[in-house]
Order: sequence, then C-alpha cells, then structure tokens
Amino acid sequence: MSRSIALLICLVGGLTMLVSPFLPMATGWANEVTDWFNILAAMAFVLGGGSLLKVQLMRLSARGPGWGYSAVTLLAFVVTLWVGLGKVGVVADASAPAVAWSGKPDDEGSAFWWIYLYVMTPITSTLFAVLAFYVASAAFRAFRAKNLEATLLLVTAFIILLGRTFAGVVLTGWLPDWASGLRLENLAVTIMDVFNTAGNRAIIIGIALGVASTGIRLMLGLDRSYLGGDA
Amino acid sequence: MVLGAEASFLNPDKLLLLVVLAATCGCIIASMVAARAGSVPRIRRIAGLEAVEEAVGRATEMGRPILFVPGIQDMDNPMTVAGITVLSRVAGTAAQYDATLDVPVSRSLVMQAARESVQAAALQAGQPDWYDPERIRYITDEQFGYAAYAAGAMARDKPAACFYMGCFFAESLILAENGNAIGAIQIAGTAETAQLPFFVASCDYTLIGEEFFAASAYLSGAPDQLGTLRGQDIAKGLIALALVGGVVMATMKVLSPGAVPASPAEVAP
Repeated sequence: MSRSIALLICLVGGLTMLVSPFLPMATGWANEVTDWFNILAAMAFVLGGGSLLKVQLMRLSARGPGWGYSAVTLLAFVVTLWVGLGKVGVVADASAPAVAWSGKPDDEGSAFWWIYLYVMTPITSTLFAVLAFYVASAAFRAFRAKNLEATLLLVTAFIILLGRTFAGVVLTGWLPDWASGLRLENLAVTIMDVFNTAGNRAIIIGIALGVASTGIRLMLGLDRSYLGGDA
Repeated sequence: MVLGAEASFLNPDKLLLLVVLAATCGCIIASMVAARAGSVPRIRRIAGLEAVEEAVGRATEMGRPILFVPGIQDMDNPMTVAGITVLSRVAGTAAQYDATLDVPVSRSLVMQAARESVQAAALQAGQPDWYDPERIRYITDEQFGYAAYAAGAMARDKPAACFYMGCFFAESLILAENGNAIGAIQIAGTAETAQLPFFVASCDYTLIGEEFFAASAYLSGAPDQLGTLRGQDIAKGLIALALVGGVVMATMKVLSPGAVPASPAEVAP
C-alpha cells in the first residue's frame, strides 16, 4: 500500500514537472512540487543529523580507532548548531532595531558568519587546492603512450596545454599567415570548438535520452529499486 | 475571448520542444510495449556493469569492505536515482557474498532511499541479517567535507572496491585518485560531462552518460526495461537524421545562388 502511494506521488510529481513548461496555466505547478520536495528534504535533515550524532556517539563511547575525530565532529556539530539557532552575535535588523534576534543568523558580524568565513571557507579552499596535485597525478597516468589512443590523447593534451599558454605563441608564432591554422593557439581553439564540442554534444544527446527513458521507467513504476522494490 | 483562451492553452514558444519530447517518449513507450509482446532487444555488453560481480567478489576474497558513493546531489536529481538503482544491485551481490558494504551519503533523503534499497536487496538475496543501517550513514551536505570524509575512510578502511555512481563535481577526482592510491578496483558512472575525463583517467571502468542511465535496465534484465533502451536508440536515430537534414539544408541555403542572409549574424563581416 505504502509503495503504491509512493509510486502515485512519483507519477503525479513527474507528470507535473513534465507538463508545466508547456502549459501556461501550469507554470506555477512545478514550483509547488519543488517546494514540497524542499519541505521533505528539510524534514529528512533531522534524520540525517540524528544518524550523524548516533554514529559519532557510538564511536566515541566505544573508544574505537579515531574516536578523537568523532569528538571533534560532535563538538563542531553542537557549537555550530547552538551558534546558528541561538543567533549568537547577530546584530538586530534595521527594520526592528529593538528586537535583538531580528537579524539573520549568517549576517556579517555574527558568530555563525565568523565560523563560516574563518573556519569553513579556508578548510574548503585547502581541499579544493589539493585538486591541482590530483590532476597532475591523474594526467601523468592517463598520458602514458601505451597504444594509439593514448598517444593521440597525449598529443592532443600537449597541443591544448601549449596552445593555452604563452609557450604556444612563442613556439609557433613564426608560422606565416597562410599556415596560421597550424599555430598552436589556433590548433587548440579548433580542437576545443570542433572535436571537443562534437563529442560533448553526442554525449549530452545520449544523456538527455537516458534521462527521458529513466523518467518514463520511474513514472510507470517499471523500475522500483529506488523504493526498495525490484522491477 | 474564447480564441484567446485556446491560443494560450499551449506555450507557443515551446511547441517544437513538445513535439520532440512526444516523439521521444512515443518511441520509448512503443519499444517497451513491443518488448513486453516478445520483441526483446539484445543489449551489448557493458564492461563496467559486468565488472560489478568481479569487484564485489574481489572485496570478499580480500576481506575488505566495498565503498559505494551515490554522488552528492539529492533525490530530485536523476543521476542520484540511477545511482540508487545500481546500489540495490551491488547490495544484492554483496549480501550474497556476505561482503561489507559502506555507503556514506551527503543528503538525508538519499540516506533513507539507500537504506530502503539495500534492505530490500538483502531480503531478496535471502540475507536479511546482513543489512546494517549504520553502514549507510549521513556525513554532510558540504561538498568538500563529504569528499574529505570519503578520502579519509578510504585511507583508513582500504576498501577493495569503490563505486562512484551519481552526480559529481570537483570532488570526483579527489575520490577517484584516493581510491586509485589504495589499489581498489573502481567503477564510476555519471552524466556530468565535465567529470567524465577524471573518472576515465582514474577508474578501471566508467559508465559514460547514457550507459549509466541504462544500468538499471541492463542489470534487471526485465524485457520492458530493456525495451526502453531500444526506444532510446530509435529516438537517437531520429535526432541524427534531423541533424543531418538540418546540416544539408543549411549548406544548401548558403550555397544556393542569390541566397538571402536570414539573420544579422550572417550579414556581419
């Protein structure tokens, strides 16, 4: 019974999203569905937070390997929650200066804003910066000329790398105008605009059809594995 | 008044899109009905999906866990739904082999869906006791916070097999490179075109775009689901024909004598 209701909700939600761009009278329907989804997601967040707390508390109480990390996680969780919900350090909004809590929790100057700016952002930026090294190691493996395809990949990568830097101009800038298409910077543009765009579009068309097919399977209830049931 | 109401019933700007959508859906549904009637299409072998059992078996032999990452988006993203359908198959195989399956998630709704899916897979495999909800846990909505957890879990637990099935952004390479560093067999699937090269470079198998969406039908083997794949191919053929026709017509227009430029862009030097 509950699965039938879930399938019905999926069908109604899917059809609403499908028709809303084409029927002017249904323009707002898609927003309604999105709002309902957001409400559900917000409610589910309590479950997620509960799961996080439970797992970390279990690890902490068992004093298993890495229990110190669990302590840090719990401390950060509780402090951020308290600072955010309690609007610690929030400056009153100009529209209601007499009400201390009238400002937003993430307004400039609040404790929540401070945590985000001086703790969260630097940590995130650090991890993002590490990507440069991962790109280098992945490129090193991918560009080993083991066969014809890998060799083509290597040559193409070199053209793009050189063409996107001043090195490309320095190396092939002397080529006469009638051979300007062979200059590295122009070759790089050709590769990106023609070969890369063509390949990308082919993949995107396939993806669009895949999404349509998956949508139909889900709406018709052919594929129920996401509900915990087999097809 | 009546005429005005009729004219506004359909959005005239999107009529062509509606026709294309109707044709695509028509192809898919017609192929599904045909498959139900007995005309089941033969699907080419998808190496990444064939390797699921091999990866789970390897993890079992080595006595190490399996890590499944269903992307970092919520259940309103079709890639996440496709990832969860693959998860149910991986969970079924893992339950049969009694292998440990870890599923860290970055969205609470995905956690619930993944739990339902894995529990059902365990029941189907005849191993209800294998299911442990604590193995499917919420980490954080924050992109790099989640990536840091997953990378740390790989370094600590050294999973023998890693699956990345869903929607990924910049964290894709962090995950795949860490998995590569610990020597795990890695299978990825996504429709994020910008992340595909990273997965191809770092993973053993990658489901590219539509292969990823076809995974559910491929793994289920159900005739009506396989039929939808044939419908996709028919629609793709029609789109290819339309593209070729458009190119030919545009070329003829340019080459025909006395052609009148249709847009200011064509007049511009």
